[in-house]
Amino acid sequence: MIRDTTLGSKLWAAAIWATVGFFVVNLFAMIATVVTSSFATRWLGTWLPAGWTTRWYSSAWSEFQLWDVLIVTFQVIGAVVFISGALGVTAAYALARRDFPGKRLLVLLFLLPLLIPSMTFGIPLATVLYQTGLAGTFWGVVAANLVPTVPFVILVMIPFIEQIDPKIEAAARVFGANTFKLFIYVLLPLLMPGILAALLLVLVRTIAMFELTFLVAGPTSQTLVVALYYAVFAAGVRAVQSIDAMAVVYMVTTLIWLIIALRFVNPTQIVTRAKQQPAH
Amino acid sequence: MDAVAPAPAVEHGPSLRQRMAARGFDAVTLLIVPAAIFTLLLFVYPFAFGFVLSFEPKAGGDWLANYRRFFSDPFLYKTIANTLWLAIPVTLLNLLLAVPIAFRVRLMRRQRLLTTILVLPITLGTVLVAEGLLNYLGPQGWFNRTLLTFGLISQPLKLVHNYWGVFASLVITGFPFTFLLTLSYVTGIDPALEQAAATLGASAWQRFRHVYLPLLMPGFAITFCLSFVQAFSVFPSAVLLGEPAGVTRVISIAAATAAFEEYDYSMAAAIAMIMGFVQLAIVVAVLASRGLFYRGPASGAKG
Repeated sequence: MIRDTTLGSKLWAAAIWATVGFFVVNLFAMIATVVTSSFATRWLGTWLPAGWTTRWYSSAWSEFQLWDVLIVTFQVIGAVVFISGALGVTAAYALARRDFPGKRLLVLLFLLPLLIPSMTFGIPLATVLYQTGLAGTFWGVVAANLVPTVPFVILVMIPFIEQIDPKIEAAARVFGANTFKLFIYVLLPLLMPGILAALLLVLVRTIAMFELTFLVAGPTSQTLVVALYYAVFAAGVRAVQSIDAMAVVYMVTTLIWLIIALRFVNPTQIVTRAKQQPAH
Repeated sequence: MDAVAPAPAVEHGPSLRQRMAARGFDAVTLLIVPAAIFTLLLFVYPFAFGFVLSFEPKAGGDWLANYRRFFSDPFLYKTIANTLWLAIPVTLLNLLLAVPIAFRVRLMRRQRLLTTILVLPITLGTVLVAEGLLNYLGPQGWFNRTLLTFGLISQPLKLVHNYWGVFASLVITGFPFTFLLTLSYVTGIDPALEQAAATLGASAWQRFRHVYLPLLMPGFAITFCLSFVQAFSVFPSAVLLGEPAGVTRVISIAAATAAFEEYDYSMAAAIAMIMGFVQLAIVVAVLASRGLFYRGPASGAKG
């Protein structure tokens, strides 16, 4: 490793760490503001609130019908995770194992929903879903959320499947396993770490997926993040602390899954696709 | 398909199934069909449908009426400039911050803590960041209060419900995204190349300018494009933190208003198409300029 010891490079390093520190401090202060406000009795023009209370949580719970919203959120996420796993893993298997004309075109087709921002394709998608009557329903929200997650699972799973030796499958075939048995007893156990990582990433992304859900959700099919958006949008109707209490509920929901996910995946995978990390 | 005429001799040749399998089409390939149909139905079809719909104005008129209305109404066409005025500075700032930090972090042993912290705002999402910044950057928030305490300002800065609120939220969610992408490109370059340059007496700046920069240019171009399209489609923070009727009336707001307040799906589709087109134009321009730079292997291989 190269070490620069000139004064200039030390100053440069200090400036870089100061920038990182400034960013991280502001990030945590922003999160702390929300948490503090949710426990505040009255917080106007002072560093800290006048008193502490937990009543905003019970009022937020009833005002925003958080129980219903949470149930819908987890139903949507469960359906999205299950369907994107089923569709994505099978397609990734075909793409990893076979070379056929038009494969590059298909890979491009699966890349596009990840590269194009959801707001751009979400509006035409919402239009189609409104015309078919799916928008506003539970399955409309699930269908919209699946558009980026199915390609995501495919692209995360391809490298995982490619690294499994096809001879193992051939051996299973020789011993008379049919496709179903091959999948259940050979492929699934070998692919489990990859599938788990991919599905956890889908889960974390779906909780925070605002645009697509916002465009197609109806009053009974809102997920937590959309309910939070409407609460902030209509700020002034409710107490700020109540909205912040809801934001904390949302944060806790997200962070629990993020912590679980981080046990199995590298943080950079949340942004980039599963990429082989170079050996350090 | 083979040019061999399917004469009666076909019974001696391979069956259709075998010939298809030889080209890569067999039962396993068919596993791709459900996902492909799904993507065609919910991604390609809506796009095509929206494209056609945008030429069928709700109010009647000729096929270009929506586009003509967009480009003649300043309230609509100014959204493009508003969005670019947000997205381009934010993307450039994020990239300019991300590159030196990634170069520093690449030398760290324990990167995971920092990457985990940076993943937080991405996972929490733009809505929560908007809600947090509303309090934090507000006139009574901790940010202004700290600046006042240190005597850096004499009265609170106005940082929310204007351009800077949206700018701050795009930095908070966009910087980690740009940084983690940049980091994955930077760590992908063989350190032996830099060591070789250092051995030959290149200074830190020379190593960056003449070794890393040419190798990283394609990666930076892609990072810029991905970060830019994210920033260009900003929606929740522009509504919640910005001035949605004024300077931060971005193109997503115009599209959402057309769809959900005016119920003019044709106009909304036209705006979405314009939005996609502007994104595409910028991405193509950036990727085309990539061709001006070095292309080749990024690992130091012995000859």
